[in-house]
Amino acid sequence: MNEIIKVEHLSKKFGNHEVLKDINFSVEAGKVTSIIGASGSGKSTLLRCMNLLETATSGKILYKNENVLTSKNIPSYRTKVGMVFQGFNLFENMNVLQNCKIGLTKVLKEDKEQAEKESLHFLEKVGMLPYINAKPRQLSGGQKQRVAIARALAMKPDVLLFDEPTSALDPQMVGEVLKVIKDLANEGFTMIIVTHEMAFAREVSNYVVYMKDGVICEEGSPEEIFNNPNKEETKEFLHRFTNL
Amino acid sequence: MNTLPQDFFGRIVFIIQKYGFTLLEGAGTTLIIAVIGTIVGCLIGFFVGVIQTIPISKKDNILKQIFLKLVKILLDIYVEVFRGTPMMVQAMFIFYGSAIMFNIRMDMWTAAYFIVSINTGAYMAETVRGGILSIPEGQTEGAMAIGMTHFQTMLYVIIPQALRNIMPQIGNNLIINIKDTCVLSSIGVVELFFATKTVSGAYYTVFEAYSITMVIYLVMTVFFSKLLRFFEKKLNGPKDYSLSTTDTLAYTSGMLKYPDKENHYE
Repeated sequence: MNEIIKVEHLSKKFGNHEVLKDINFSVEAGKVTSIIGASGSGKSTLLRCMNLLETATSGKILYKNENVLTSKNIPSYRTKVGMVFQGFNLFENMNVLQNCKIGLTKVLKEDKEQAEKESLHFLEKVGMLPYINAKPRQLSGGQKQRVAIARALAMKPDVLLFDEPTSALDPQMVGEVLKVIKDLANEGFTMIIVTHEMAFAREVSNYVVYMKDGVICEEGSPEEIFNNPNKEETKEFLHRFTNL
Repeated sequence: MNTLPQDFFGRIVFIIQKYGFTLLEGAGTTLIIAVIGTIVGCLIGFFVGVIQTIPISKKDNILKQIFLKLVKILLDIYVEVFRGTPMMVQAMFIFYGSAIMFNIRMDMWTAAYFIVSINTGAYMAETVRGGILSIPEGQTEGAMAIGMTHFQTMLYVIIPQALRNIMPQIGNNLIINIKDTCVLSSIGVVELFFATKTVSGAYYTVFEAYSITMVIYLVMTVFFSKLLRFFEKKLNGPKDYSLSTTDTLAYTSGMLKYPDKENHYE
């Protein structure tokens, strides 16, 4: 088993409120892990802790067997573990191409031509090549999210974290973003996806983690979780979705 | 032989002919001090505003934390002192005070630029801080997620947008500076107000001289307010964009509905 990220005894408190309690799980290279659960169960906080946008209160996050919580060079870790946000978070002062290019030229210090070539490659991959001159405010939500994915991919990370990538989208735009993520899954890209799209999680993931009240309630293969969940809580949660 | 005309407009023409150059020279001085003071003040403001928004994290080295806290407190004091006292008093205090207390013979021009810059800087610091805080947190997170440092995030993402948002306030400051340089007459700078005082005294034509000066001030401020509006529009960038593709079918212009159900010509 080739573990690329391992979370050990991770906990996170906001004041007195314990959002994550003793979380343990690991992610295999080349596999897609989905984290599901109700709102407020700590899914997003877990993902944000893994990108160090939130500082975990205690525990360890091992990336290639090195604890990143004590790492001195956080920016360089973040280039290896990219993140796609619910709210896209594109740079509003730059056009689509510049959004992708800036990380390559300024963080990875690539030369301009190389950075442009690579950016165009990834924008083509997400189907946004015709829009390279557009500013984010001129794009639809689905288009923005595809650019955000291209921006994250351009850094050539080992792992991509998706924090509810389709939650802020109109229903008709969800498909175009999910398709891009599915293509990446088929290529064997390592991803951790926090999502409310159950059908998608079931189809695309190799491993599913169900969280409730800040703890991992149940985890296993999609078949186990969606077809034969062991715990009552998991059954109840999934029942709400199938009854819609 | 100069005789003063009897009517108002005659006296205006007389003053312009005789002292027009003196007044324009004063206006020039006013403009130079105001423009340079505003530019330097903005730079000070950006510097202070950026430092004030550096997050202090408990994970940092303790010395770095203390140093940063200390710098922030000093900058706070600077802002409060210069925002909280009249510029005219500051001018007297700095120009004469530096000579008496520290034996620094500051030349009048240096003092003028210094006072206007440092005053504008104090106001701009707060404006810049507000401008930085007005940019959604998400963009900072987006920048951090691709490995940018705090400094890179500020330079490439936040400041360019903050600058656009605070343009109206920069314009405000410039206009205030054009008007408020008149307090520098108290330390002997011959700007537009000082020049007008001299001109009006020569023939006791107070009303006429100040009428001209009112117009000059108004022309300068209106000109700069329009100029800054123009820059604001430039910073907004174009409203449309061109599709970048060789596939001409992707262009929406000139596309026809086919089959055309609404118009049957047969």
